[in-house]
Amino acid sequence: MITQYIFYFLSFLAIMFGLMVVLSKNPIHSVLYLVLTFFAIAGHYVLLNAQFLAAVHIIVYAGAIMVLFLFVIMLLNLNKETEPHKNVWLKLSAAVAAGLLLVVMVGSLKNAEMIAATNAFDPSVGLIENLGKTLFGEFLLPFEVASLLLLGAMVGAVLLGKKSIK
Amino acid sequence: MNAIQVIPVNWYLLLSAVLFTIGVLGVLFRRNAIIIFMSVELMLNAVNLLLVAFSTYLSDSAGQVFVFFIMAVAAAEVAVGLAILMSVYRNTMSTDINILSKLKG
Repeated sequence: MITQYIFYFLSFLAIMFGLMVVLSKNPIHSVLYLVLTFFAIAGHYVLLNAQFLAAVHIIVYAGAIMVLFLFVIMLLNLNKETEPHKNVWLKLSAAVAAGLLLVVMVGSLKNAEMIAATNAFDPSVGLIENLGKTLFGEFLLPFEVASLLLLGAMVGAVLLGKKSIK
Repeated sequence: MNAIQVIPVNWYLLLSAVLFTIGVLGVLFRRNAIIIFMSVELMLNAVNLLLVAFSTYLSDSAGQVFVFFIMAVAAAEVAVGLAILMSVYRNTMSTDINILSKLKG
């Protein structure tokens, strides 16, 4: 089945690029690998019939947030391997702790019983029409509060970014 | 062909768990504050993927609307966090998180 092969391929890409984000020495390479991870996740969204969300994901994450990261890294001139490293024991314990977390999560989720889907399968659930009806009906108040959050973040970022506050 | 009809939701659970663990590994493993931020983004995306998978599985668009809110919060978090990082760098000439232990009294 071709869908399953696409799923395997995209999962492989997402996990491999995610690992490269963590393991690559140069911060610029980390950012670029993270962009590739986001593209793999957007592929998963398309596979799940959430096309609008895939487009928004590419635009917001790969287009806006990652560009912000790149700007900061280049502004701070971190594009060389200047970063100090933790000692070997701390790295080892970090890897062991993350591995144990993975074991716990996989062990608890492996035999999880799925509830049966109550609604009949509806392929149009990820299209703009349905999303807009939900967003501006049921979730209207959180939507408005999100605008306050963004305003606060904008004011805070400008205030923190100024050279000195006198 | 829709993925959710041929792929069990459990596989998405496992994929999200692996991606989330990679994010946790990045936070624990690295000292550069920017990489730690990016690992947090990776964790948020693992949760987003799971929300979309369950939203499609249950044919309920509320899960995808949650993803929009998570994106808005992530954008705000990155803007403020990177501004804080810039001012830290301006004062210490480094983005090493160990230097921030000086914030202790």
